[in-house]
Amino acid sequence: MKLSKGLFGDLYLKMVQTRNFEETAARLFVEGKVHGTAHFCIGEEATGVGVCSALEKEDMITQTHRGHNQAIGRGMDLKRMMAEFLGKETGYCKGKGGCMHIADFSVGSLGANGVVGGGIPVATGAALSQKYFKKSNITVCFFGDGATNEGAFHESLNLASVWKLPVLFVCTNNYYGMSTHISKSMNITDIASRAASYGMKGITVDGNDILAIYEETLKAREYILKNGPLFMVLNTYRWMGHSKSDSQVYRTKEEVNEWKLKCPIKRFREYLIKEKIFTEAEIGAFDKKAQDDVAAAVDFANASPEPKIENIFDDVYADGDMRTQKPKNGFVL
Amino acid sequence: MREISYAEAIKEAMSEEMRKDNRIILMGEDVAVYGGAFGVSRGMFEEFGDERVRDTPISELGFTGCAVGAAMTGLIPIVEIMFSDFITLALEQLVNQGAKNRFQFGGQGSVPMVLRAPGGSGTGAAEQHSQSMESWVCNVPGLKVVIPSTPYDAKGLLKSAIYDPNPVVFLEQKLLYRVKGPVPEPGDDYTVPLGKADVKREGRDITIITYGRMVPRCLKVAEKLAAKGTDVEVVDVRSLVPMDKKTLIASAKKTGKVLIVHEACQTGGFGGEIAAVIADSEAFFYLDAPIRRLGGLDVPIPYNPKLEAQVVPTEEKITAAIESLL
Ligand SMILES: Cc1ncc(C[n+]2csc(CCOP(=O)(O)OP(=O)(O)O)c2C)c(N)n1
Repeated sequence: MKLSKGLFGDLYLKMVQTRNFEETAARLFVEGKVHGTAHFCIGEEATGVGVCSALEKEDMITQTHRGHNQAIGRGMDLKRMMAEFLGKETGYCKGKGGCMHIADFSVGSLGANGVVGGGIPVATGAALSQKYFKKSNITVCFFGDGATNEGAFHESLNLASVWKLPVLFVCTNNYYGMSTHISKSMNITDIASRAASYGMKGITVDGNDILAIYEETLKAREYILKNGPLFMVLNTYRWMGHSKSDSQVYRTKEEVNEWKLKCPIKRFREYLIKEKIFTEAEIGAFDKKAQDDVAAAVDFANASPEPKIENIFDDVYADGDMRTQKPKNGFVL
Repeated sequence: MREISYAEAIKEAMSEEMRKDNRIILMGEDVAVYGGAFGVSRGMFEEFGDERVRDTPISELGFTGCAVGAAMTGLIPIVEIMFSDFITLALEQLVNQGAKNRFQFGGQGSVPMVLRAPGGSGTGAAEQHSQSMESWVCNVPGLKVVIPSTPYDAKGLLKSAIYDPNPVVFLEQKLLYRVKGPVPEPGDDYTVPLGKADVKREGRDITIITYGRMVPRCLKVAEKLAAKGTDVEVVDVRSLVPMDKKTLIASAKKTGKVLIVHEACQTGGFGGEIAAVIADSEAFFYLDAPIRRLGGLDVPIPYNPKLEAQVVPTEEKITAAIESLL
């Protein structure tokens, strides 16, 4: 497939932005500037960026707790993401959601989820709207390998299949749910084979190869609009612990290091140079831009006000009447 | 006014609004050709077709969550849970995904959906098909909770629930489905707003605050006591969240005596909330007796019909509770 130089640059930039965003966020943690928890996807950047870059403007996504790559891939604003991470009023969720709930309806992100598998039924519903209103769009539903043991996963694949809904179910298989290796949580090694029980096509893609992910997503999109849902498994690896409190006793340094050699960013950078798509200097400019963008996001977040307790009841309930209200959310309307 | 059943009233509300607004769909187990386990949606599949009246697989979590996602993106789904007991299976999606949605995403969206579920005992269906679930959902910010007691209220409240931009849990009462009552002609487009209680019977001597299937039962007791000279006021809460505290407090002030009656188990039941609202209001200074609660016994609903009838407030128990307060 022939991709444009602009697209190559965009894929690369978004991956390094994600890496940089998370390294910065991790540092803010160490500095004690952030409370709560955070789940980093360092090592998995190609998955969310690759899939989301292949989508059309009015497609929708649901994200996971480990979804900075999905958010940045979908074009969310780094400033508002960082502000949400720091719990500020200017964040996507006005500081009430944090990065486990980050969402940007204006770009079709229906939200990240703190419940493992929680967004899978929601995504089928978004796809129901798309089909009902005869849109030529799909919803992409991200989740981890661990989530595929939840009832929400099985019920949703079944429902989407029976109703032929335009959903792309994307499993980011990093082989662990917290400390539990997939060999201890399922008696199969090929997660994509789960699709068969719903009469659905299941495919597996190298989750560290951004071009393969991008191209398979384009194909999947076409397939889905004609045939209904598809299940795609992306095999990859999380370099960091599950969250900040993880001492990682469940895996060896050798295993982690082996995967670090397969870094999706390094691999893509080498490809871009070998194929003479970009020069070293051009790549360096992307790296610099990513750094600057994240630094600007931190400055924006630091300068932003804290949310006020006086506004705590805002948004518990929506006001108004659906007779006169065309809901602004989502793309379908 | 013509009289129709509570079930027909609910169907009329859905059908009339579905004719007007194509964003509204009905989904649930066996709601299509079968017409729903209690026949509430009978005929709707024939009128609206399989895009708008959708049979789901038996997977409460999955299809409730599907409704949440659909509601976020332009549809107004009405979800039927076959028996309210099975709300437990759907709670993750209803609570964590639906109810918290607007707040946790900073007000970006809304979830205009209705979850209809028949609740209550009295049909011999035993422990897993007879529960009253209101307390489970009233403790969740972001949900609204409605329990109609008459066909008139059922139709009017359901129309309001459909067009409310929030997830509304609409708890129907199995034993009331076949009960008839006056309802305006279909053309007469009335609604009953959420958040308004209704004084179903005015009285001077004592207030009963109740809702759902216990409303007709309390009214019956009130009529019997009227013959003996006791004038009972019966207030139907109707909408538990948001609750019309004003009407409840005003009635308590007026009579100075309050009995709260509901079918759900007493411990942790919604009656405790109502009691606290009264005790914490200016009505407290007008009370001539302690506020009393009469809820169901703290047991699952048993199968044996005689036992089943005795574990929820009976006319005798309601009468005795009133008399103990006079
Ligand atoms: C329903 C539920 N159970 C448990 C948790 C705690 N938890 C958060 S992430 C996680 C692991 C999820 O594993 P996986 O789905 O593979 O995603 P990954 O974290 O590997 O990206 C667990 C157990 C949760 N958030 N939700």
